[in-house]
Amino acid sequence: MAPTSTAEPQAPVVEMCDISISFPGVKALDGVSFRLLPGEVHALMGENGAGKSTLIKALTGVYDIDTGTITVAGVPSRFTGPRQAQDAGISTVYQEVNLCTNLTVAENILLGREPRRLGRIDHRALNRRAHELLSQLELDIDPRSTLGAHPIAIQQLVAIARATAVSARVLILDEPTSSLDAEEVAELFRVIRQLRDGGTAVLFVSHFLDQVYEISDRMTVLRNGRRVGEYLTADLDRHALIAAMLGRELDVLEEIADAEPGAHRDDTVPPIVRAVDVCRRPRVDPITLDIFPGEVVGLAGLLGSGRTEFARLLFGADKATSGQIAVDGKPARLRSPRAAIAHKFAFTSENRKGEGIVGELSVRDNLVLALQARRGFARPLSAKAKSELVHRYMEALDVRPRDPDVLIKNLSGGNQQKVLLARWLITRPTLLILDEPTRGIDVGAKAQIQKLVTDLATDGMAVLFISAELDEVARISDRVAVMRDGHNIAQIDGGCAVSELTRLIASGSH
Amino acid sequence: MMRRLTASPLLWPTLALIALLGLNVVLTPAFLTVRIEDGHLYGSLIDILRNGAPTMLVALGMTLVIASRGIDLSVGAVVAISGALACAHIASAADPGSVATIVTAMSIALGVAVVLGLWNGMLVSIFGIQPIIATLVLMTAGRGIALLITEGQIVTVTSEPFKVLGAGYALGLPVAILTSLTVFAVVGLITRRSALGMLLESVGVNPAASRLAGVRYRTIVFAVYVFSALCAGIAGLMIASNISAADANNAGLWIEMDAILAVVIGGTSLLGGRFSLTGTILGALIIQTLTTTVYTAGITPETTLVFKAVVVIAVCLLQAPRFRRLLRRRRRAALQPAVPEPEVAEPAQRADKVAAS
Repeated sequence: MAPTSTAEPQAPVVEMCDISISFPGVKALDGVSFRLLPGEVHALMGENGAGKSTLIKALTGVYDIDTGTITVAGVPSRFTGPRQAQDAGISTVYQEVNLCTNLTVAENILLGREPRRLGRIDHRALNRRAHELLSQLELDIDPRSTLGAHPIAIQQLVAIARATAVSARVLILDEPTSSLDAEEVAELFRVIRQLRDGGTAVLFVSHFLDQVYEISDRMTVLRNGRRVGEYLTADLDRHALIAAMLGRELDVLEEIADAEPGAHRDDTVPPIVRAVDVCRRPRVDPITLDIFPGEVVGLAGLLGSGRTEFARLLFGADKATSGQIAVDGKPARLRSPRAAIAHKFAFTSENRKGEGIVGELSVRDNLVLALQARRGFARPLSAKAKSELVHRYMEALDVRPRDPDVLIKNLSGGNQQKVLLARWLITRPTLLILDEPTRGIDVGAKAQIQKLVTDLATDGMAVLFISAELDEVARISDRVAVMRDGHNIAQIDGGCAVSELTRLIASGSH
Repeated sequence: MMRRLTASPLLWPTLALIALLGLNVVLTPAFLTVRIEDGHLYGSLIDILRNGAPTMLVALGMTLVIASRGIDLSVGAVVAISGALACAHIASAADPGSVATIVTAMSIALGVAVVLGLWNGMLVSIFGIQPIIATLVLMTAGRGIALLITEGQIVTVTSEPFKVLGAGYALGLPVAILTSLTVFAVVGLITRRSALGMLLESVGVNPAASRLAGVRYRTIVFAVYVFSALCAGIAGLMIASNISAADANNAGLWIEMDAILAVVIGGTSLLGGRFSLTGTILGALIIQTLTTTVYTAGITPETTLVFKAVVVIAVCLLQAPRFRRLLRRRRRAALQPAVPEPEVAEPAQRADKVAAS
């Protein structure tokens, strides 16, 4: 069935023609054309680094375009900043929450548009207006609470409420669902449909193909900074979409699924880590878990179920309030990340921007950071050793661009994640704790990372793998620990079905 | 090559320094002349180097503190305390002219400076107090402590060996500038030849990520405050030695501002992270040249600070990426006045074709 938007040829609300943008050494967009019709949800698809974010930033005036034209509602436009784009009715919710965590929810929603009285901010009107907007989205959030006190998922919803606060002609959602649970996604989609039916053009970027197929009417696919094509969602099946995005077929995933779960676990030796009744009240109740060499243990659960919090305890990033941890059969005190690293643990945070990359430094420095920190400042890696390591790992993990002197903040999310993995792999850890390593990254990089994880386990490394995506957890884990409300409610050996995991997480019992 | 040169963050400070020196040559044609008397070099350039040495030293310490995402407002107070301690010891010593007395005096002064640095480091890294507040404590209290040490008087000393650091010469050059340059070289070597520079930048850019990567965050922060105080301590000795007196009220007054300016002019961001020691040296030289220019140009003391401010703003603006982008846009807009005609119809058709296929 064709969406309503194509029934009659409507004038596009946004029309971008032949847009090119170059960054030093990279052609980010190469003659890309794109249009957005009113009353449609248009998905922008492509791998990391395909140019999706760049296209959005060109449209919203964050980047200056080198060549090409942008027409908004028939008027040629060239915005010099997000504010101008907003005034033209284009609102954006970015992948990473870009709000002020020290302000209240209401202040964030209406930031820059605060109701005023006698020249001063009218806080009562502010809170009332914010409350109205939140209740339109059926969100039960106190507008007077501080934003930073809420988990990321709520902050994301507030960001969306903020975008809908302006009467937006165009709403751009860049990975809005990457931190949301299924319920919250459903809620968001309800709001999106509501806005679409009201005539708003929605530009939707997501790596979750299910969601794209559920919500979008039309797609534009980008690859390597060029446009592959524009398609009606109904006309393009998944296989064709992935082929268009990657330019190749994807069979790595099937390969992983074929491996026999638990085949490489070595339980003849003491577990790499044995946690007994480890807890941090009130978020994590006592948890007991063994992780053996050569196995991937998945941690499944909803956001806030304690999965991230438990991983941080194991790494010493937060201090446990009680419980014992033994490493290789010997009691260990993991009071800081340094202590955990000394036991050959490694950890990548779910918060890649805030706790992972060191944005202003080069890929080279980021890659050797953990190894150098362990060696101490007085024993620097020689320039030669450094470039050999960096070169080898950038090659092995297929980091693009293959230039170690680029600042890491200029890399796409998937490539940043690969650099962070490499940062730990060169320290030769025995336990690798990965918190949402594939969040917000494209299908290709995701498959590469999943494959890498299973390969590492095959070679004897122990991996604790956390993901919100159950089929991912189910596919690569030898064993899954299911978390719910800070409890570990089940540990399932061997391959387990997604449906079983879903049931456990939803019902909380066997 | 040209491009690399224009992209270098050191370009603007260097040009500013050259321009200032040029201005001085116009004002006093003999400005660049360096004379040799008794085997010592004399001249305006040498004066700039010698008088700028304390600021340079303090600015070096400040560079590392700022790279760690901090700031140290207490350096002026440490300068005063260090000078006061040394002079008080020498004045009360039985033999103020002996080298042993001077060494003891300097050791006491620098030892106390290190303790003050430990205090700052403790407040910032262990108690997590914001650096500007943590060092404000010592900035205010420190000058009071210096006044207590000197009992509110200007303590003058008569000691030939003490004069060496601030007023003496070695190898034809002032000892003060040799000292500052030695510290600069040592810090440069330590930060760039060891991994300290990289780890420090990493802490400054993203403390949370650095901690999770196993960087000794606290130790590094601690160390930069101690080093900054040590630099301020040496600067305090230089200033006291130069005038053979400790003036607790005026020694090192506003030196923290000059040091921060030198760092900023040198291209190190106050947001922490990437730092440039060479830039800081250039920045300190610019500030000292400015002061000298003010004197040689006969600018009235009332307008001195305004003149300084104008130059500083100009340099900072030229370095600011946003300002430079604006300049570039202006230039580009002037070059190509006409926006190419938008092609609306054709690409839209193409899109339709794809949609239909």
